[in-house]
Amino acid sequence: MLKLLYFARLREALGVSGETLELPATVQSVSQLMAWLAARGGVWQAQFDGCHQIRAAVNQELVADSASIKPGDEVAFFPPVTGG
Amino acid sequence: MTVRVQHEDFDTGAEITRMRLSRPDIGAVVAFVGQVRDMNEGSQIATMTLEHYPGMTEKSLQAIMDEAHARWDVMEALVIHRIGALKPTDQIVLVLVASAHRGEAFAACEFMMDYLKTQAPFWKKENTLDGERWVDARESDDKARERWKLQEESI
Repeated sequence: MLKLLYFARLREALGVSGETLELPATVQSVSQLMAWLAARGGVWQAQFDGCHQIRAAVNQELVADSASIKPGDEVAFFPPVTGG
Repeated sequence: MTVRVQHEDFDTGAEITRMRLSRPDIGAVVAFVGQVRDMNEGSQIATMTLEHYPGMTEKSLQAIMDEAHARWDVMEALVIHRIGALKPTDQIVLVLVASAHRGEAFAACEFMMDYLKTQAPFWKKENTLDGERWVDARESDDKARERWKLQEESI
């Protein structure tokens, strides 16, 4: 199982703050997961089609889209941060 | 080395005094205080809400602090970042750095703020007279962080 979290503008656009899902065998990286989510269509496609800047964290560490993921990971997607 | 993410306000003066008196070999304490502005991009701000990623936020602030410690002779450091609903003139963030001499403390404090701005998972949403809007990340913040990388590469 994979724990997915969405924050801020992305969370509002998707209408969900997180989900737990069975990772398809073909999804082994962050970019593959984003493409898989975009394939859901609708708001998912609109958010994950590459037009929006989305940052990813795996197990609470910022990563590049090429980072690998595996069952049991916590993966978070969010817009560029704006704290401080 | 302390990180606090909290709803409550903080007492900057009290925090400086506590840090200053914690070690007699401290010769300089540098403080950065961020406050909510009343205007942003032409709109009057009524309130601002800070969202964060519990768990990762604390870890990333700790990592930023550790990195500052590795680069400079930092004796003590403190980061307090507020979350939840804030209004203009409210304090948002406090970064305190103590060192033997000012140069190290100034540099470490600025470094920590530049990294916090671009790495720590916080998001601001403004409530203006024209409605709600998420604050966009600024390119100038990325550039501010890049400076530290360039400095590292030139060594």
